Amino acid sequence: MKALVLLSSLGVIALLAEIFSFKKLLYPIVLLGLVTAFVLNVFDWDTNHTFYKMMQYDNYAVAFTGVIIVIAFLWFIMAEGFFKEESNLTDHFALVLFALVGAVMMVSYNNMAMLFLGIEILSIPMYILAGSNKTDVASNESAFKYLIMGAFATGFLLFGIALIYGATGSFDLSEIANAVSSGTAARSIFSVGVLLMLIGMAFKVSAAPFHFWAPDVYQGAPTVITAFMSTIVKTAAFAAFLRLFSTTFMEVHGTWMNVVWVMAALTLLVGNITAVVQTSTKRMLAYSSVAHAGYMLLALLAGNDYSNSAILFYAAAYSIGSIATFCIVHIISNAKKSDGVDSFNGLAKTNPFLAVVMTIALLSLAGIPPTAGFFAKYYIFTSAFVAGNVGLVLIAIIASLIGVYYYFRLIIAMYFKESSSTEALPVESNHKLLLLFIAVLIILMGLFPDWVIKLL
Amino acid sequence: MSAIQTIPIEWYILLSTVLFTIGVAGVLIRRNAIIIFMSIELMLNAVNLLLVAFSSYLSDSKGQVFVFFIMAVAAAEVAVGLAILMMVYRNTKSSDINILNKLKW
Repeated sequence: MKALVLLSSLGVIALLAEIFSFKKLLYPIVLLGLVTAFVLNVFDWDTNHTFYKMMQYDNYAVAFTGVIIVIAFLWFIMAEGFFKEESNLTDHFALVLFALVGAVMMVSYNNMAMLFLGIEILSIPMYILAGSNKTDVASNESAFKYLIMGAFATGFLLFGIALIYGATGSFDLSEIANAVSSGTAARSIFSVGVLLMLIGMAFKVSAAPFHFWAPDVYQGAPTVITAFMSTIVKTAAFAAFLRLFSTTFMEVHGTWMNVVWVMAALTLLVGNITAVVQTSTKRMLAYSSVAHAGYMLLALLAGNDYSNSAILFYAAAYSIGSIATFCIVHIISNAKKSDGVDSFNGLAKTNPFLAVVMTIALLSLAGIPPTAGFFAKYYIFTSAFVAGNVGLVLIAIIASLIGVYYYFRLIIAMYFKESSSTEALPVESNHKLLLLFIAVLIILMGLFPDWVIKLL
Repeated sequence: MSAIQTIPIEWYILLSTVLFTIGVAGVLIRRNAIIIFMSIELMLNAVNLLLVAFSSYLSDSKGQVFVFFIMAVAAAEVAVGLAILMMVYRNTKSSDINILNKLKW
């Protein structure tokens, strides 16, 4: 709760910086603010603080808020260059901070109104940020597609909320659950509402067959914003998805389980297979992010005691790995003006440090021990296995084998292919520190997964 | 019994579903960006209509409060949307979305 208030005020402070001209100080203020927000968030642990039944800061919300703030901190260090351009500096800060406010609302809502507002507070700044490269047509296109698809998905989500309201007479999650279990809800209208909300949420987490906007948006947007979208936005959307379906809609799981089963299988296969044929690394990572949504759907479908911790760990491991890969793609595409797979050729000779960190991050994304990604997949598969979804686990294992293939394509390009230039690419020292930190974190999370997994 | 309740609730559900479907079809079929925005507004207004009807039938004001949230957010979304469209127009001199085909595969 306090973290949410602090993040909102940081956003306002960012806007005030334009008027009172302390723009230069803004970057350290925001970093400090994020650290403070994290500490305040830790104090909310086990308090189960509620705010007029609208928001509920149970441990689930606090854990996901913590992950989001940590990733946001790493992201701010990665994106320092994005906050150097004089003319739009304060806007960029304010938009990102307000998007974070939306993300925190999405993991702690206890009312449909807060879910809707959280999604919109997160999405509207993201539409603007996706188009922040104003003269680049690809960035424009990305912003436009994101806006249309986002608003379209919101329409479905709202229609679902309206039908659920009609069936149960409430927007409150626990009241809805009570109305359903006591049998006072109009069942047919409620089921249609649940399915429409499922479509809306599937759009937001980019699960197939509602994933088609994601690759375009991720490729066209500036790389730092793509990193934000595929980490923080994805984590928040999944936390919101899980919070709704694992509690309120669990009573009617018969209506949505089969749909999610098909969705998960499709997402895994489409995401991984399409990623294989991509030539742009950004687009490949976009499809891989679609595929990772599929793994998380597995735990959502399982809906047992393991699901929450499995998704928390997966979201954290995946986001940290993604920040590192996008940071390196950002460095390389800035230097070489290309984000093709062949721009990674010979990186191990010119920048051995970048190549090592990239390898660790890719191994983690592919799920190879002893990295964080291995345990993330392990917990997801365990939760799905315990729930009896053996067929889906098999599909997921085949999909991760395909995944290994395209992640290794980059590793092979870095280590075994020759590059025309032998000059080392310039890497800023803060990026070096960040990448070193992330590499250590990935290994540590792989060696001691209990730290995160025991939280929920 | 208020005026809104002289018509059975099923008709309101049917009307909003039809309006919503027209909106969805508009987004999927039309190629002009402005018309697409209008279709999205139609989808959201179908939801508003449904919420108000339910709210009246349930004698509960929460649904109408939600409508205000939707209106405010829809206004913000369209403001951003038109700004993005202006940006696209400055670069491409067109509001036809078929021009936006740089990103595929």
